[in-house]
Amino acid sequence: MSIEVRDIHKSFGAFKALDGVSLSLPKGELVALLGPSGCGKTTLLRIIAGLESADYGSIRLSGADATAKHVRERQVGFVFQHYALFRHMSVFENVAFGLRVKPRGERPSEAIIREKVMRLLDLVQLSWLADRFPSQLSGGQRQRIALARALAVEPQVLLLDEPFGALDAKVRKELRRWLRRLHDELHISSIFVTHDQEEALEVADKIVLMNKGRIEQIGGPREIYNEPATSFACSFIGNVNEFRGRIEGNYLRVGDDLLPHEPSDLDLADGQAVVAYARPHDTEIHPLSADRSGVTAKVNRILESGALARVELVANGAAREGRTDYFEVELTPAEIAELGLETGKRVRLTSRRLSVFRDKQ
Amino acid sequence: MSSSARRVLPGFGLSLGFTLAYLSLIVLIPLSAVFIKAAGLTYQEFLDAVTDPRVVASYKLSFGASLLAAAINAVFGLILAWGLVRYTFPGKKIVDALIDLPFALPTAVAGISLTALYAKNGWLGQILEPLGVKIAFGPAGVLVALIFIGLPFIVRTVQPILEDLDAEFEEAAASLGANRWQTFARVVFPTLLPALLTGFALAFARAVGEYGSVIFIAGNIPFVSEITPLMIITKLEQYDYRGATAVASVMLVVSFALLLIINVLQAWTSKRQGRTT
Repeated sequence: MSIEVRDIHKSFGAFKALDGVSLSLPKGELVALLGPSGCGKTTLLRIIAGLESADYGSIRLSGADATAKHVRERQVGFVFQHYALFRHMSVFENVAFGLRVKPRGERPSEAIIREKVMRLLDLVQLSWLADRFPSQLSGGQRQRIALARALAVEPQVLLLDEPFGALDAKVRKELRRWLRRLHDELHISSIFVTHDQEEALEVADKIVLMNKGRIEQIGGPREIYNEPATSFACSFIGNVNEFRGRIEGNYLRVGDDLLPHEPSDLDLADGQAVVAYARPHDTEIHPLSADRSGVTAKVNRILESGALARVELVANGAAREGRTDYFEVELTPAEIAELGLETGKRVRLTSRRLSVFRDKQ
Repeated sequence: MSSSARRVLPGFGLSLGFTLAYLSLIVLIPLSAVFIKAAGLTYQEFLDAVTDPRVVASYKLSFGASLLAAAINAVFGLILAWGLVRYTFPGKKIVDALIDLPFALPTAVAGISLTALYAKNGWLGQILEPLGVKIAFGPAGVLVALIFIGLPFIVRTVQPILEDLDAEFEEAAASLGANRWQTFARVVFPTLLPALLTGFALAFARAVGEYGSVIFIAGNIPFVSEITPLMIITKLEQYDYRGATAVASVMLVVSFALLLIINVLQAWTSKRQGRTT
């Protein structure tokens, strides 16, 4: 089912949770709503589900206006962060719930309910737990049961609110992979909310990046990571080194240092305050010599674990506004040896690839 | 190897000892006195005392009216708790405080005011009596008094559970296609059931032991509207101490059995919900 969100506004008192959000999602995709907490992603999901109503704007499901429809009639499956399994029912009865509450005319027979529930439990690989109660299951198992329960009513769209948020790191990773596989099998349009960028990048076909009630960028994981559209997108996704300064021709003046950059199509005038971001693997370290440009920094720590070592540096003396700026650079151990890096050594940093934005602050 | 040495939580011996000693002092010793006193009767005397038709009629009224009152309170107390938890309205705090009044009021005051209301010339009595509904001075009066004093128990036990009930459960039910009634009957009510049973047991226990409010409104007609506590007092006034304790011991045993059944039921329903207590 395609989902169309048009110009949704929603406030809670003076707090603007959603400020004019429009979104159009084609059928069959697995979409992540990504953003920091309080960005409105869960509110948007709940409005799509019909658990919350928007102050303004409309929702269209499969092309039909669903704004005024009750959650009961929207044919959405909703999975809650804390599972919301019915505690007094067995796993089997939880999954069967949606079938048992159907109006008498549509309600399937007991035999069909049994068969369908067992098939769903097979799908989530937990049929051996059918007679248990939710309190006897682990977190990961509960979430899979919650998913089976949502799928039982054959929803047109599956909405998941921080589905793995309450689980530990290992189970989380497992379930992520499992959700992706499940989606590839069922091809049901799905939206999941997450504040974990790694989760979004790994699982989703498409990421909707939100901040402060607005959409910052919509795109595939690759596009979101490699071509961030806004400074927020840049700083939120992945690790970045941040440089604030002013444009001076082909350079960026950061404090007393000059950082070279390729003039971009942003058409930045000299003196324009900008903020620039560079990924750790795009940042280069050079020995300190007078004739070179680059931002000066001091090596703080070298973390050598894995194929790439991470070098943590402190910005040169600049404890701006009471905070210290840290930079991170990824290098191979060989490169570290070649540069003779050690704690306390002063160096210059440049970037192969700098994303520059106008500084709004 | 003693098992207490391996316990992680300290103080098991001390706290269990204290619990038992305190319970004995406050509850068990006075109650056992009832049985000891009753044991002064021969078997035949005991049997005669407890199966006197007038006494048997009072058992039926006392236990019957108490169960019925607790059941009625369970229904309406639940509705009251629901209203107080789910909605905000002006004066909510005052209504909330009103619920506890039956706890605080001397029961005789409750009995007198209920009698004044439901008597033939009372506000409600003069409306009901011409319709053929006789409340005061009959078994119905007993029921009304017992409903009055039992109400707070249900509201106060259900209220906190209802407050803690996450909206997520109802949202989940709605998203699965359940209507309001199905959501209540299949999701909300089963969750409240253990608390409701606890409240029911408390209201019932209170009603069985109630004396003050009932004797004013009951009319105390032999075989019709005499409650068992009244039978005990009557025997005491006739200096028939052993007869009184015989009836009291029957009351104790039946009350204990009924409370035990309700508590077992309560434990069973809450265990199904994955609570350990």
